[in-house]
Amino acid sequence: MSEQLDRGAVERVAKLARLELSDAELDEATTRLAGMMAHFADIDALELNDVEPMTQPYELVNVLRDDVPLETLDHDEVLAAAPDATDGRFGVPPILGLEL
Amino acid sequence: MSTFQSARSIAASVSTGESSSVDVVSQHLARIEEREEEVHAFNLVLRNEALQSAERIDERIAAGEQVGPLAGVPIALKDNLCTRGIPTTCSSNILNGWRPPYDATVVSRLADAGAVFVGKTNLDEFAMGSSTENSAFGPTRNPLDTSRVPGGSSGGSAAAVAAGFSAMSLGSDTGGSIRQPAALCGVVGVKPTYGAVSRLGLIAFASSLDQIGPFTHDVADAALLLECMAGHDPGDSTSIPHPFPSLSESLDRGVAGLRIGRIVDLPSGADADVAASVDRAFEVLADAGADIIDVTIPAFTYGLTAYYLIAPAEASSNLARYDGVRFGSRVETADTNSMYMATRGEGFGPEVKRRIMLGTYALSAGYYDAYYGKALKVRRLMAQDFATAYESVDALVTPASPSVAFPFGSKTSDPLAMYLCDTYTIPSNLTGHPAMSVPFGAGENGLPIGVQVLAPAMGEPTMFAVAAELERSAGGNHV
Repeated sequence: MSEQLDRGAVERVAKLARLELSDAELDEATTRLAGMMAHFADIDALELNDVEPMTQPYELVNVLRDDVPLETLDHDEVLAAAPDATDGRFGVPPILGLEL
Repeated sequence: MSTFQSARSIAASVSTGESSSVDVVSQHLARIEEREEEVHAFNLVLRNEALQSAERIDERIAAGEQVGPLAGVPIALKDNLCTRGIPTTCSSNILNGWRPPYDATVVSRLADAGAVFVGKTNLDEFAMGSSTENSAFGPTRNPLDTSRVPGGSSGGSAAAVAAGFSAMSLGSDTGGSIRQPAALCGVVGVKPTYGAVSRLGLIAFASSLDQIGPFTHDVADAALLLECMAGHDPGDSTSIPHPFPSLSESLDRGVAGLRIGRIVDLPSGADADVAASVDRAFEVLADAGADIIDVTIPAFTYGLTAYYLIAPAEASSNLARYDGVRFGSRVETADTNSMYMATRGEGFGPEVKRRIMLGTYALSAGYYDAYYGKALKVRRLMAQDFATAYESVDALVTPASPSVAFPFGSKTSDPLAMYLCDTYTIPSNLTGHPAMSVPFGAGENGLPIGVQVLAPAMGEPTMFAVAAELERSAGGNHV
């Protein structure tokens, strides 16, 4: 965990997170995240090789229900909450020309 | 100590027709009218809806119907709980104006029990914070001293009960967001066992840590509210498929013969007034017949780091849904990718962006094992250390918050200082165990101190027995 978090890495993370950040926000994030990561280095001292990761408080099992039709959310009510809905569907700007 | 009427007393008098639900709700609305501008507990006050619900309850009682254990009780809901057709914002601009197409399971259950919802309460945006200063709609003030924070993230719900705006309220607790504001506002706050209360309709922050829980004036009200909302829900795959134990009968059990643990390697950092209250709590419990036993939980110290890697990692995934397509705000641009970036850049506040960045980084290629993977292993150590401790004790007692309510702005310039507020509350979220804060003593400037009682999974009956004993000795239980 010793690698320094520089501004280039922060810009890459912002892009991965689909967050448009201003220059000032990127500067702030670089300082803050580097400080946090330095603090979080306390767990480097722990011997963890033989420890199983724990993702949930309890072991999860797949939950299935009987295969019978149930009432779902109201189509119009759901679409009414969208910023743009056209012809009974969610409306979005063009997806072509995507630059990642 | 709070001087307001308990929910039990309200439900009893409304159910028998001794008082009307409309009168009770009107009294609470009058208090809101009087102090809400100063406190800002609510994002939305449901004045007309509450009065209409109260009228219906009075009609049903007049017709001889049994309304339920919360008949006519005014309850406030944290504004990250979905309410059908009623704006639900998470105190974020990205959801401003959104009306959910369904009710959270807890909302339906409380309505079925006869509750009256008086409003949606303010929070740190998406429940990320410990002071309610991160709300996009301005901070909530502590009703006991309005120059100080109410704690967070459920600061509005804690303040609503402390100010007498509602007899009870619901919050959510991902790393202490019920227990810490309860401590700072002098009310009871409970984080139930993970899976005891359905999360369906709780807008997700960190799904493996989030739990909904009550704020109340006293321990018996908390038991009542939790009993009304706990229990299996097929709509939440992490809901425990067993009946939830009864709590009301634990309240008078006392602590005689219970083994209560003092964690001797607890991280330092609690102020002297808080530490003194916790010491006094152990004395009181010992006097009441409990055996106080020293235990160690070495992983406790590493909880903060594990939490602040795991919770942001889960949040970065959960908050990916706010992309301007299905709900909330959108910034119009030429293509979808720039629309996502602009919408999220504009819609999220600084702390939410910070945590999404932190979580995305901890999960990103090349860093996953070093950060997120390692944090998950520390989580396992934490669970193992607690399991070992619970071989020799029935419950544990610690501070809830390291300090009493602090002044506005005193921690906003340093996120790490704010994160340290969660030191004592985080481990229960990592393990999934229940924990609660009960008012016990006062500190600086007479401000309340919360003592935290912890128990193993589904150990709520023991936890409530201990909390009730502390409350009795502090003279805080209501009639």
